Amino acid sequence: MGCFVMKISKKLQQIPPSGIREFFELVIGTKGVISLGVGEPDFVTPWGICESSIFSIEKGYTSYTSNKGLYELRLQIARSLKKRYALSYDPEREILITAGVSEALDIAMRTLLDHGDKVLIQVPYYVSYYPVSSLAGGVPVFIDTRKTGFRLTPALLEKHISKDVKAIILNYPANPTGVSYSKKELTALSRVFLRNNIVVVSEEIYGDLTYDFPHTPISTLKGMKGKTLYLNGFSKSFAMTGWRVGFACGPEEIIAGMTKIHQYTMLCAPIMGQIGAIEALSGSKRYLVEMKSEYKRRREFILGRLAEIGLECRRPEGAFYVFPSIRNTGMGDIEFAKRLLKEKKVAVVPGSAFGLKGNDHIRISYASRMSDLREACLRIEDFLKNNAR
Amino acid sequence: MKEILEILEKDARSTPEEIAQILKKSVNSVKKDIKKLERDGVIIKYKAVLNKELIKDEQRAVRALIEVRIAPQRGHGFDRIAERIYRFPEVVSCYLLSGTYDLLLVVEGRDIHAVSSFVSGRLATLDNVRGTVTHFLLKKYKEDGDILKRVERNKRIAISF
Repeated sequence: MGCFVMKISKKLQQIPPSGIREFFELVIGTKGVISLGVGEPDFVTPWGICESSIFSIEKGYTSYTSNKGLYELRLQIARSLKKRYALSYDPEREILITAGVSEALDIAMRTLLDHGDKVLIQVPYYVSYYPVSSLAGGVPVFIDTRKTGFRLTPALLEKHISKDVKAIILNYPANPTGVSYSKKELTALSRVFLRNNIVVVSEEIYGDLTYDFPHTPISTLKGMKGKTLYLNGFSKSFAMTGWRVGFACGPEEIIAGMTKIHQYTMLCAPIMGQIGAIEALSGSKRYLVEMKSEYKRRREFILGRLAEIGLECRRPEGAFYVFPSIRNTGMGDIEFAKRLLKEKKVAVVPGSAFGLKGNDHIRISYASRMSDLREACLRIEDFLKNNAR
Repeated sequence: MKEILEILEKDARSTPEEIAQILKKSVNSVKKDIKKLERDGVIIKYKAVLNKELIKDEQRAVRALIEVRIAPQRGHGFDRIAERIYRFPEVVSCYLLSGTYDLLLVVEGRDIHAVSSFVSGRLATLDNVRGTVTHFLLKKYKEDGDILKRVERNKRIAISF
């Protein structure tokens, strides 16, 4: 086995293996765990979407689609963006359907970056941002946001921008912190982007799960549409993670470039998923309101409980995560997670999985039913009492 | 108030403390609201939702849906005769409908004989009842929004980003 290490590309070798793989194996191998470590909705896909996809399979829709994705789906996406945000994208030239937003991000990086191009990534980041940038030849420039409550600010941006920065990966509401930005904040950030001529790759997969103010795609702001690649998908808002359908909207040239890679690698997103996605956009959306208000209630519950338990936590504006500090427990994040799993059978994700230095935060997902959240909070409370310093 | 109802309708065991946390209100004001909802009859009672398919309840082993045609009474419409009917403990639910018949009843009994003797002895003999059609229930799949199948285990993997 050893001799093959030499054959693995240097590009891949320079990406360190995930430090918490071992912890993940531990979680998966432990029985009876209440897991607050899940990054997907606990709801199953609404039945109307499932049913229309099943029907299409019965009718024989089991083939490839055009590389860009079913025209009907691109059209529905264009219409829905127009209706919700007054955003206009041409379904022929400015929209590409991908196998989940993860693929969109990957091919976006490969489309934009030349060897040595710098990419701004805020820390903590969603786990794939660093590897996909690096594999595309880019050099990540990390922006540590610990001192600004995990928020990007114009000052922080200016500090990290240089001539050879080509793009930034923006993510709001963010995984793992739940941070999102008001229109005013985004406008301030966009001025920096425009002044410095940076492409903004904006991953807004949790956009529909914004609780305190309306979500604003950054591409709706003045001057930004031509500089922004808007990435979104169906996984989170429609509880469709396993269907693998995402999309990218942006300038024609970038979409054409991405389509080139997509057509030689993925070919197309699965047709069953695309048909389900058409139904998601065109059918009844009653459940969206229900899911969102349920998440919102759970957010209040978990924030209240964490305060009672004594874990300091900033208030997230969106997504379904809270990101409390565990500094006052005296444990490092991996130790905390491992012991919590072993002693109380509750799983959380150590913050260092998201590139955070300091090892003093954990991610708790509240995409779990209330009874589990209730029980898990009791167990965490108990755990901290037993391990009080 | 509306949100309190939504929360309780989903889970009647939510405590006032928990609801207060979720709605960012004081525990006392939540308690007061709940008292009012109870007093006004909006909240009738709190009970467990059972999957009766899994329980052997000998007194209520058989269920039937019964269509009832009625001659309405002057001055009272259907209400008085409906009340005569729904007061029987055998009648679990009673609805007034538009269409080819007037009342739809859900009736429970020990066995088919018990239900039939209720229909022929008590129901059909009432003065204003013009006719009945009895449908025995074979299987329940879903009731009041709840699917009556054993909850399947969550299929998500235990940890993901």
